[in-house]
Amino acid sequence: MRFVFKTSYDADISLFKHRAQAVWYALLLLLVLATPLYFVAIGDAYLLGEITGMLILAIAGMALMLLTGHTGLPSLGHATFMAFGCYLNINLLGAGLPWLIAFPLSGLIAGALGTMIALPVLRLHGVYLALATLAMSILTSDFVVIAEPWTGGIAGAAVPDINIFGMEINRYSTPYKFYYLVLAVAILIVWFYRNLLRTPTGRSFTAIRDSEISARAMGINLTRTKATSFFLSATTAGLAGALFGHSAGYVTNETFDLVMSITLLLMIVIGGLGFIHGAFFGAIVVGIIPVAIANGRTFLSTTFDVNINVPGLESALFAFILVCFILFEPMGLYGRWLKIRTYFELFPFYRKDMFKRQKSYLKTDRVQ
Amino acid sequence: MSLLEIENATLRFGGLVAVDNVSLQVNEGEVFALVGPNGAGKSTIFNLISRFYDPAEGSIRFDGKDLLKHTADQVPGFGIARTFQNIELFEQATVLQNLLVGRHRHRTTGLLSNIVFSPKAYREELRHRAAVEEVIDFLNLQAYRDKMIGGLPYGVRKVVELGRALASEPKLLLLDEPASGLSVEETQDMAFWIEDIQTQMGISVMMVEHDMGLVSAVSNRVMALADGKELATGTAAEVQSHPAVIEAYLGTGEISKTGTSRA
Repeated sequence: MRFVFKTSYDADISLFKHRAQAVWYALLLLLVLATPLYFVAIGDAYLLGEITGMLILAIAGMALMLLTGHTGLPSLGHATFMAFGCYLNINLLGAGLPWLIAFPLSGLIAGALGTMIALPVLRLHGVYLALATLAMSILTSDFVVIAEPWTGGIAGAAVPDINIFGMEINRYSTPYKFYYLVLAVAILIVWFYRNLLRTPTGRSFTAIRDSEISARAMGINLTRTKATSFFLSATTAGLAGALFGHSAGYVTNETFDLVMSITLLLMIVIGGLGFIHGAFFGAIVVGIIPVAIANGRTFLSTTFDVNINVPGLESALFAFILVCFILFEPMGLYGRWLKIRTYFELFPFYRKDMFKRQKSYLKTDRVQ
Repeated sequence: MSLLEIENATLRFGGLVAVDNVSLQVNEGEVFALVGPNGAGKSTIFNLISRFYDPAEGSIRFDGKDLLKHTADQVPGFGIARTFQNIELFEQATVLQNLLVGRHRHRTTGLLSNIVFSPKAYREELRHRAAVEEVIDFLNLQAYRDKMIGGLPYGVRKVVELGRALASEPKLLLLDEPASGLSVEETQDMAFWIEDIQTQMGISVMMVEHDMGLVSAVSNRVMALADGKELATGTAAEVQSHPAVIEAYLGTGEISKTGTSRA
């Protein structure tokens, strides 16, 4: 077991709890930086594309995590903000803006639009907010069709390549560059996110999640703080959407549908609500399942000559996993990891109720 | 000089008059207690001061400013901090984080400098952290600093909630039943702390409390309420011996003719 002796206030403020933790994260950074080397060695970048896809999902997951996991506002409409980001990016690039300006700008405009939509919706609580955002998600594909001049409607729109100071980045022709670009965005957002959580803004988010009434009694303006959370969340989702567009190469009205919104929510629940790690763990699970199913099918058909072609197998599996998590591990994968770690750290003094939560995250709407 | 002045405040919930034409003053540096049977309107008066409820009539002034012109989240900015009857802590956060939220009204950095963790945000964090440590020291919470609220015993949570209110460096502290559910020893600690808060920190305290031992030990003035009306105001001994108060608590000994009874 590790004892951390704090000798200055910095120990509570710095990003890492102790040096060993910093070393572990440095090793993780080295690992993700070196990952492409493996794919260069085997000369096949297909799986690297999948990993890049996971990173993009993780960015979208962090967007939803901030809103749902840390502010306690559920949203079933985050694909909408991704769509905003994606189409804004396409149009801004089409208008001749350089990517380095178009990309952040598309996120910020998506954030602003998201906040405008959110302001009336934010008066709602819990399941009603979820329903309102669900409606938004259902409307998205229709709006994409209606806004044909900008979105290409049903026919879809091609996403231009990324160009940074003359360096062309395309998902297929330069997969390694695209991976590093997405990784850089992801790391930057993680850093912003961590900073947020250790400063007053992030604390006011979690305060609202845990008790609205006492957040108000501490001087936190509920509407403004929720709107801020929504803005940051929608902005991040917009950035993820823009990257998703670059990754897909071609987007139609069916790209950012309800399934995408639900997948995002699923992801953060499986990963662990209220932890940045949760967004990444969830993205890994969501990213691995389709690959695993495809490989499993190939294996069964080539080895045993069994052909399984059940439509909707993927969704059913997702749903099954989600139900299992809600029943057996509401804290998600990261929560499970925390429990295992604490078990060994405190061995043999671990108690089952050490991580018991008193209130569920949605119960923010209680009054005195 | 009186810090808080409530004049003729009335609050109705439908036909029920929860607070009926109550006037009171809390002077600077005093401990003022509200006592009364359940449903007397004590906590409701707190919620009026916190601006969770709007009074139908009357005025509430704090430090010369009209509180009724401000919203609930602006009240702490004037220097009013409060605790809740049924502890309202941020359960999924540590004691330290809870106390830091108490510092919210002293926040000077905006969203942007928070996100990039500017040097200014860092210095602000250090300041908040140091201020919170003083509260931790004062309330002997060192052992619980990094513990999650969810796993803490009731008595400790009560102290943490007091700490969160103190962390905001208020001028007036509203304590809603600070001793309810506490053991005899914990109640004694609470009495010492309230005394220290008054004498050393110079913070005025207004509290709702049923434990008359604690009330007589720490309060300068006491107001007794029943059915939303003021019964008596004075020292603890005066109020306890006031006939109307005895009647409210114990009844008159006559069988009620109107068929209504007081809880």
